[in-house]
Amino acid sequence: MGLPGALPVLNSKVIEFAVKLGLALNCKLSLNSKFDRKQYFYPDLPKGYQISQFDIPIATGGYVDLDLPLEFGGGHRKFGITRVHIEEDAGKLLHSGNGDYSQVDLNRAGVPLLEIVSEPDMRTGIEAAEYAAELQRVVRYLGISNGNMQEGSLRCDVNVSIRPVGQSEFGTKVEIKNLNSFSSINRAIDFEISRQALLHSQGQSDQIVQETRLWEEGAQKTVTMRKKEGLSDYRYFPEPDLPEVILTPEYVDSISNSLPELPEAKRRRYEKMGLSMQDVLFLANDMNVAEYFDATLSSGADIKLAANWIMGDIAAYMKNEKLSINDIKLTPQELAELIASIKSGTISGKIGKEILSELLAKGGTVKGLIEEKDLIQIADPVEIGKMIDKVISENPKQLEQYRGGKTKLQGFFAGQVMKLSKGKANPGLLNKILLEKLNGQS
Amino acid sequence: MLSTIQPPRYLSRFPLRGRTKSRSFHILSSAQPVTKTCFAADQSQILSIRDSLLNRHLSAVELTHSYLDRLKQTEPHINCFLHVSDPDKVLKQAQDIDDKIKRNEEVGPLAGVLVAIKDNICTADMPSTGGSYILEGYRPPFDATAVKRLKDLGAIVVGKTNLDEFGMGSTTEASAFKVTANPWDLSRVPGGSSGGSAASVSARQCVVSLGSDTGGSVRQPASFCGVVGLKPTYGRVSRFGLMAYASSLDVIGCFGSSVADTGILLHAISGHDSLDATSSKREVPDFTSQFTYASSLKSRPLEGLRVGLIRETVDAGVDSGVKSAIEGAAAHLEQLGCVLKEVSLLSFSLGLPAYYILASSESSSNLSRYDGVRYGNQASSDELNALYEESRAKGFGSEVKMRILMGTYALSAGYYDAYYKRAQQVRTIIRKSFKAALDENDILISPAAPSAAYKIGEKKNDPLAMYAGDIMTVNVNLAGLPALVLPCGFVEGGAVGLPVGLQIIGAAFDEFAKHKCLLNGFFERNL
Repeated sequence: MGLPGALPVLNSKVIEFAVKLGLALNCKLSLNSKFDRKQYFYPDLPKGYQISQFDIPIATGGYVDLDLPLEFGGGHRKFGITRVHIEEDAGKLLHSGNGDYSQVDLNRAGVPLLEIVSEPDMRTGIEAAEYAAELQRVVRYLGISNGNMQEGSLRCDVNVSIRPVGQSEFGTKVEIKNLNSFSSINRAIDFEISRQALLHSQGQSDQIVQETRLWEEGAQKTVTMRKKEGLSDYRYFPEPDLPEVILTPEYVDSISNSLPELPEAKRRRYEKMGLSMQDVLFLANDMNVAEYFDATLSSGADIKLAANWIMGDIAAYMKNEKLSINDIKLTPQELAELIASIKSGTISGKIGKEILSELLAKGGTVKGLIEEKDLIQIADPVEIGKMIDKVISENPKQLEQYRGGKTKLQGFFAGQVMKLSKGKANPGLLNKILLEKLNGQS
Repeated sequence: MLSTIQPPRYLSRFPLRGRTKSRSFHILSSAQPVTKTCFAADQSQILSIRDSLLNRHLSAVELTHSYLDRLKQTEPHINCFLHVSDPDKVLKQAQDIDDKIKRNEEVGPLAGVLVAIKDNICTADMPSTGGSYILEGYRPPFDATAVKRLKDLGAIVVGKTNLDEFGMGSTTEASAFKVTANPWDLSRVPGGSSGGSAASVSARQCVVSLGSDTGGSVRQPASFCGVVGLKPTYGRVSRFGLMAYASSLDVIGCFGSSVADTGILLHAISGHDSLDATSSKREVPDFTSQFTYASSLKSRPLEGLRVGLIRETVDAGVDSGVKSAIEGAAAHLEQLGCVLKEVSLLSFSLGLPAYYILASSESSSNLSRYDGVRYGNQASSDELNALYEESRAKGFGSEVKMRILMGTYALSAGYYDAYYKRAQQVRTIIRKSFKAALDENDILISPAAPSAAYKIGEKKNDPLAMYAGDIMTVNVNLAGLPALVLPCGFVEGGAVGLPVGLQIIGAAFDEFAKHKCLLNGFFERNL
């Protein structure tokens, strides 16, 4: 609120979060950093200055590794991080529909933020969008934010410039605000690139000025918001109300040792396990899915099979029911059990799929269900043979047709046998014996 | 009608000779003498009050009445207060104390002590204007930590005192509302910016008071008004609730009629506060346990105390009367056993420009929040920037505007290195030179101001001349050190002379060095 006599006090949690983030982004941490006042007048800034870090931010010079989504061509990228610094949030401005008045909500003013500034290393909209997505993954993995752009937990502004091929100097940069999702980051940047390229091609490159533009989601374009007349003078000076932040090597080490496996490390580990890039991206990029997958593996499941089940049937169920993997009732241990049961032949793959839906919806154990419903696969050739004999004898017409050349009817017989066995017949064995019998070999 | 107000006559004229007997004093010739109370000048009024209350010699209500009566009679002449508490409320608080005492319940160590608070210190149940139109009528939603601590110990807040707007000034003439008069001579300034707090204690309108000191705003008015003023070490007292002027220099300070009283007051408000990140975690010693009263001392009680008189403060530019008073005090100290030396602080004169750059820069930032939007006086306007401009143009006085302009200029792009950064470097030099001097000496002494109180209006149109008067005090703020001012003599002027204060500077967090207490307890008695 900026009341007379009020003083700021540092929230120690933000230091912990800043160190975690700095380490996760491979930055150099400043063991001695300080705060500065950034001064300007605006209705959402109650003190008339914002407490920030100007020349000695808490972390500098890092990078982030990521893999572009396959549908956009895939590929590995590495983008530089210039700095991470701590600052306080301003209030929130709410404008009335007709523009008659605006309201200032000061509830979040003074709450600490971490600002991450990247090097100008991205070249397309998708690269920038994936960079932002990776930052979201990292902060979620670290547990320092839920990274939701819709809630404003993660906010993003971009600066875009273009230059003719061969020119080393960067062109005039334009800032774009009001980007509320990764896809709008992507589209806004691509739009802006083409807007600037068009001006260049028309010989009007001088029309590209340093300004702030708004992304209009409806019209899918950027429009001028305000022109920057040069750089603002924020009259920075060290914040006298807050002491220096001093990090001891022991503190940094203790945080470093407590970091979880980060997305990049996870992706590389999954790759080494032999999974395809598509699998890797699906499994590693969602922290909860990765956790589930890892838990399934540590219960002894086969890697490829676990991946397939999660990415296939389970993912489809989650999509249908609009659930996250944390909400499904099938535990990783039971999934491993399911995979093992099928692999060992205890139950057939088909039965496996059937009980999967029950396990997903209601939970329970694989062993329990198998017992309860008597699902053990029939793999005894004699027993299968008997059932086949029965079906054949009950369907002489079809037998004749089959022997007359309609070999497609094998499927019909197989289906009948399966029905008779209540789905428990081992399909492979069934078809083998069936074929023999149909062809009169037994 | 009175032409002057006679302050307590425990200060005799220079030259000083021998011991004086303790005596009672008459505050106003036409007022009822306060016959029931007889405060010996070398003792603590606070302790006397406590003694009287607990022994049922006096009731808190009676005591409060006598102070309120005196306040009522003197206020029209000296104008110390911007807001006086509702007498009924004050008397009720006193009554509550009396009731507790009757029931043999414990009362706080400051029970019944009437305190005045400078109006740039937030009080939740009273307006806090900072001496400015822009905060006219503003009522804070919280008490300053220092105020809360006083109230918790039983003190009664009698009102909010006048000051130069936001602490910027040396006379109270920069207050938006009124000018306070010096009780020793109503045509003269009481000093500033805590002029109201100093004059209020001097005129016995209250027992003790709180002020603030950024560049001398407690010490200089203490000198002009003939009372004891204490500036603690930066970080000793929480700044939470003190309207910020210069964040790295501001402290809340104490006024009293004796060193013991300021010590008791300081102890009450000191200590770490989680709401102020710059407040020190150092333990607060019980200052009062270090006091020794004259009666128990031998003939040369300050034997071996190393005192450094800062040469640069008794050079040219200092009134001869002031110089004499200081030199007399120094001689007296020698008589008491001190080892007196002259100390030269070569960087001394750099302090004033460095101070004004740093203070203006920080204040230009600290005053940005006063935009008329969330509280205070708002000018009507159709457009945002105009709203800011009008509210601030109308709300701020010219002294404040000048400092904001200077500070904004000093911080602006291209000038930061030449001014702010350079001033901080000078600050480091000054800090080091004080430390070196205090390694060699137990305390340093100097005048608190180059002159005694001057006439109202004399320096109003000459700000640089007014700033120059801060030369004795600003270096102490730059170095963050504690300093005490106590009356040590008189110069010609007014009806009975004008008081002069001696400034005693100590090492950081050493507000009442053991020696200093002996010094002060004894010194006061001998004046």
